[in-house]
Amino acid sequence: MQPSLNPARSANNGDPWPVRWGLTLAAIAVLTVLVIVPVVNVFYQAFGRGAAVYWHNLFGDANTRHAVLLTLIVAPSAVLANLVFGVACAWAIARFRFPGRAVLLTLIDLPFSVSPVVAGLMFVLLFGLQGYFGPWLRDHGLKIIFATPGLILTTAFVTLPFVVRELIPVMEAVGPEEDLAAISLGANGWQMFWRVTWPNIRWGVWYGAILCNARAMGEFGAVYVVSGHIAGRTDTMPLRVEKLFQEYNTPGSFAVASVLTFLALATLALKTWLERRERQEIAEALTYPNTRGEE
Amino acid sequence: MSITVKNISKRFGSFTALSHVSLDVRSGGLLALLGPSGSGKTTLLRIIAGLETADDGVILYEDEEVTHRSARERNVGFVFQHYALFRHMNVFENVAFALRVRGWKQGQVRERVGELLRLVRLEGYEKRRPSQLSGGQRQRVALARALAAQPRVLLLDEPFGALDAKVRQELRKWLRLLHREIHCTTVLVTHDQEEAFEVADRVVVMNHGRIEQVGSPRDVFEQPATAFVRDFVGHVNVFEGRVHSAVG
Amino acid sequence: MATLNRRVLPGFSLSLGYAVCYLGLLVLIPLAVCFLKAASLSASQFWDAVWNERTRAAYALTFGASLAAASANVLLGLLVVWVLVRYSFPLKRLFDALVDLPFALPTAVAGLVYSSLYVQNGWLGQFLVPLGIEGAYSRLGIVLVLTFTGFPFVVRTVQPVLEGLEPELEEAASTLGANRWQTFRRVLLPPLVPPLLTGFALAFARALGEYGSVVFIAGNKPFHTEIAPVLIVARLEEFAYGEATALAVLLLVMSFTLLGAINLLERWSKSRAT
Repeated sequence: MQPSLNPARSANNGDPWPVRWGLTLAAIAVLTVLVIVPVVNVFYQAFGRGAAVYWHNLFGDANTRHAVLLTLIVAPSAVLANLVFGVACAWAIARFRFPGRAVLLTLIDLPFSVSPVVAGLMFVLLFGLQGYFGPWLRDHGLKIIFATPGLILTTAFVTLPFVVRELIPVMEAVGPEEDLAAISLGANGWQMFWRVTWPNIRWGVWYGAILCNARAMGEFGAVYVVSGHIAGRTDTMPLRVEKLFQEYNTPGSFAVASVLTFLALATLALKTWLERRERQEIAEALTYPNTRGEE
Repeated sequence: MSITVKNISKRFGSFTALSHVSLDVRSGGLLALLGPSGSGKTTLLRIIAGLETADDGVILYEDEEVTHRSARERNVGFVFQHYALFRHMNVFENVAFALRVRGWKQGQVRERVGELLRLVRLEGYEKRRPSQLSGGQRQRVALARALAAQPRVLLLDEPFGALDAKVRQELRKWLRLLHREIHCTTVLVTHDQEEAFEVADRVVVMNHGRIEQVGSPRDVFEQPATAFVRDFVGHVNVFEGRVHSAVG
Repeated sequence: MATLNRRVLPGFSLSLGYAVCYLGLLVLIPLAVCFLKAASLSASQFWDAVWNERTRAAYALTFGASLAAASANVLLGLLVVWVLVRYSFPLKRLFDALVDLPFALPTAVAGLVYSSLYVQNGWLGQFLVPLGIEGAYSRLGIVLVLTFTGFPFVVRTVQPVLEGLEPELEEAASTLGANRWQTFRRVLLPPLVPPLLTGFALAFARALGEYGSVVFIAGNKPFHTEIAPVLIVARLEEFAYGEATALAVLLLVMSFTLLGAINLLERWSKSRAT
């Protein structure tokens, strides 16, 4: 979501103080019950038996170790793929007008409206043993479903829109004039992109990548369907949480969950910082107009 | 290097920006495209630069057809209306850009940039960022940047439009002096007739995508070819004279 | 503004070509395969798969719980965004950032911790269960966790609109004799209705497809606490691909319709704002 440009207004705007205090306390209560209590509880349950047990739960278990490793392979791969796509697609949409542009915009939003389970199902239908490509894959000894490539594909599908949707408004706000100036000065496409375009859009790119990564690491439903959840081989961290939960290993489950929660909090912190940079970027762009005037 | 425009037309959707426009700019001349908003003057300038493509017609640089060449290949110096300085680079890097993309060595770059900054009287400003410059200073950086790779043609899109009256006046005089010094074929777009008359040696008056009149400032002022020219021009006093001697 | 001719700025064919290929391979082909598979069922097979007692219960639950959660999000979200935008209090920035946590937190973690909070000896369950409020392994639990996952939507869609309301509007209303409540109802609330609706629709759409968090807290008892995505997975585990796909297609059609409605809503919102 776009960071809003208007700073929050100051307090004391006419609402009588009982109303203000009542509503403020109510809002804080809502946030506490809904968000803060769960977060604290995760860490409480993870560390409840002490640091040593926590450590063992995380690193003493081979399957859990593998799950962490797998998440660290799958998520960044999906993010990288979507990053390249995001930049390319945003460039085409923000800088050019062409027939079918609106259709492209709708297509980009599609993964958001597909249930994760359905996303997983689609790839099973394509690449599973009984799928369209199943026999061909088996004959060539390739595994996509119940293996890492399937996890990466599905995760990439589910997180596809994040970078693009972030970059299109950024590119539109920055405007094409600097890029055109670079061309007029003799730069070729790549020179223009790396020297002029990239510095102007990079905060938007990192912001989109952070959101994409958070979602990718946490994806559950789609990966559940596609992985076959074979412990030690195709379980990512969220799946591991579920597996441990099923095995009634609550402390173990919470240990892994705490790592994911910590990552989520780190994502939020990074996101807030990047939002500020992005906001600066856009504010500068607005006070320093590079847009074409009238003729 | 001379520029020849033959029969250029351009439409944006249902709006006709230019209609069969033909024009000659002599080598080393300073031509002003003068007209109100929507007259097509900026579109024409951008087509000459290669920043827009025309629907019909040809552009020639000294007998060589460049109509289908990209802006990059035409080696023009273009100064944008709002400067389009690279906001993440300092003044030095902005001016050096055209040289860097051509692979010039650091020593040569430094020498050329220094030369240019002296020309536009901004020595000492190398490390400043565009956001730390005044409007007039940014304009001069944009000019220096456009001149860096020794373009055959210098094109300026309403270069002084966004500046204060006083700064505008100074820069006009200065542009005239600069042109005398570097003798680069220059085309300038403006809606301000005072500016056109003061700076250019030939003026092209445009309206609704057509050329109304071409001539020296005096000709346009004293002998308006059409009613439009007569009404558009004329709130300005034009004096011609020659300097015999100076005092002080 | 003049259109940028694609021949002036570079990279048009490269970027568009790559984007279209990527989308085709990753999005369009898988979706097509899904519909193709569903089409390979006969009409009666399809109908049997998507409309029987068990599926009807699942739809009712999915729809009902999502509706309840999205409605809760409207009320709670409005409250929170109102306070965040108009009042100040210590640590406000922290709370503002935390609003986005449900976006960043994996759904599995949300489900895990919610189920353990509302169980009889959980932090919250210990107070609520004696009162008869069963948060875990119940329909209420599903609504709770869906409220969590959809929470940021309403807040973030309403926030920019609320921030953009000029204080002069309220001042004008009070000089014209309106009291606070009237000002709220007649002047402040109406411009918020479009983004509230958009936020509602987004939260609703998200809740319909939610799987990870619900799976932990629902208990997944067929006919009682089984949502549609869980049913799809159940069918998959039975290797009943045709039936699973039929259900999936139904969900897809519903989601796409919702997506279209949301786009229209957003466009209507924007036209109201300008």
